[in-house]
Amino acid sequence: MADVALQSNRAAQAARKRGSLHRMLKRKSTVAFLMTLPLILLIATLVIYPAFYALHLATLNKSMQRFVGLSNFEFLFRRETFWLVVKQSCIFAITAVIFKAVLGFIIAHFVHNIPAKGQRKWRGMLLVPWVIPPAMSTLAWLWLFDPSYSAFNYTLSFFGIGPIPWTGDAMWARFSVILVNIWVGAPFFMIMYLAALKSVPEQLYEAAAIDGANWWQRIWYVTLPMMRNIIAITTLFSLIVTFANFDIVRILTAGGPLDHTHIFATWAFRIGIEGSDIPLGASVSLFMVPILAVAAIFILRDVNKRGNES
Amino acid sequence: MATVTIDKAAPTRKVKYGSMSRDRTWALRWSYFFLVIFAIFSLTPPIYMLITSLKSSAEISAATNPWWVFHPTLENYVGLLTSNQFLRFFWNSAIVSIFVVTITMLISVPAAFALARMRFWGSAVLATGVFLTYLIPETLLFIPLFKMFAVIGDWTGIQLINKWYVLLILYPTLTVPFCTWIMIGYFASIPKELDEAAIIDGASWIQTLTRIFIPVAFPGIIAATIFAFTVSWAQFLYPLVFTTSTDQLVMPVGIITTLIKGDVFNWGQIMTGALLGAAPPLIIYAFLMDYYIAGLTAGATKG
Repeated sequence: MADVALQSNRAAQAARKRGSLHRMLKRKSTVAFLMTLPLILLIATLVIYPAFYALHLATLNKSMQRFVGLSNFEFLFRRETFWLVVKQSCIFAITAVIFKAVLGFIIAHFVHNIPAKGQRKWRGMLLVPWVIPPAMSTLAWLWLFDPSYSAFNYTLSFFGIGPIPWTGDAMWARFSVILVNIWVGAPFFMIMYLAALKSVPEQLYEAAAIDGANWWQRIWYVTLPMMRNIIAITTLFSLIVTFANFDIVRILTAGGPLDHTHIFATWAFRIGIEGSDIPLGASVSLFMVPILAVAAIFILRDVNKRGNES
Repeated sequence: MATVTIDKAAPTRKVKYGSMSRDRTWALRWSYFFLVIFAIFSLTPPIYMLITSLKSSAEISAATNPWWVFHPTLENYVGLLTSNQFLRFFWNSAIVSIFVVTITMLISVPAAFALARMRFWGSAVLATGVFLTYLIPETLLFIPLFKMFAVIGDWTGIQLINKWYVLLILYPTLTVPFCTWIMIGYFASIPKELDEAAIIDGASWIQTLTRIFIPVAFPGIIAATIFAFTVSWAQFLYPLVFTTSTDQLVMPVGIITTLIKGDVFNWGQIMTGALLGAAPPLIIYAFLMDYYIAGLTAGATKG
């Protein structure tokens, strides 16, 4: 509008060519487009293009000179290790997410229970695992799990519990990577649930208490329905991140013993980068897409629903 | 207030009221009990890092009580902080993180402003696309990106692989979508009257952004900056794949590839390095916890 006032006397003939209002609208969308251009370029060249490039790579042979169709996938389906990785990825992601969600919910309740004055301090301490870079904290866990100097085994020996092969035995190694993942991820759930708990109106609990509801009924009929949306979003989001995890498994076990703790990301790294078979590595990592897509669709639906409600 | 009415209405409830208050005390005690257990679980690894970092190699291999330092020494810290290699990692990490934060904010703040305020053709689709991009993990893209940069190197002669600055191109793919997304949320919460007033007063769109939106949404900008810094400081997969020479490595990869030599684990130094690597995010967190948490919860609660 300011443009109209300033330029009306100066550019009368220009105004005849096209309406100045039209020009301003055009300018607004041009400015907006220029402002989003770096973002669009970044997403297009470094996210969308590589995603499709991965599809193309997956159809090439090891030296990347010949089109081989789906034979990379056929090769994977015939390998026992591949099915081990599929199984392990699912066990890892599902177990870890369930425990993170349950632990996060419980901790959030305890933090919510105590007087508001002390909550900040506890919240600050309990969020530390999420703040430390996972690669660094996994090193501490690796040292805690050390085969000969394990501090856990030292402590457990006083209770007569023999040395546990934390990363040496297949079952224990699975337990260890899941434990470290829970340790890193539970604080995220805690903080999200705590924010959700604080938004539940106090009157609902008072009403429930007057109706004679016990604590379990209050959680089941008041807290959970009020938090349903945030629980869904957090769980789905964590499912994606956990399923695509790399750091923890790579540092703690590097996939061992005997490939029993490999998940898609670490196995793709082993094959594609360390084994220099880029097409096969790309094929492995593509198997993450279906589950990620399903989770993403549900998240998007929930986020849009929240947007419409508010 | 509720208790007063109960007392008035039925004196027999007095017993009930007493038991409720006892229930509350017990609930509080149980809460503290479990919170202490969870806090121990949370803090054991970082505290153990600190304990080990104060031990000499001789004490570690003597296998005395691992939870106690008998002869505290700073030799691990002195050893690392005087090693050129380690300082190089720290320097690389710092440079990469600072550049990435700057690039991220320069891309995401204008984009978020345009998407939140200047409705244009396809803006709604683009906003959803930004959120979807945020959900694509780096573990899906590292192999095609590695091949892409190798091909670019062959075609143009610009060698990007095994140079620290390749990370400046890669990290924004992780930080920009999320920062744009939370900035859209912060900008959308600013009242429409504010920018309408600015436009009527003759401000351009750029002026509206720099003079009004950025100052008003400053807490959001701090939250996004902290997020971008934490992500670029902690990123492990991309530097592991794209950089190999020791002078190009960043902290996390540097510590893991150079301090772990074959089967010889110098645990005192590894834990010291890990602690120093964890220090910058922890210090930021200690001082700006509220912004940190605001950024963390904004991803799912805004929008």
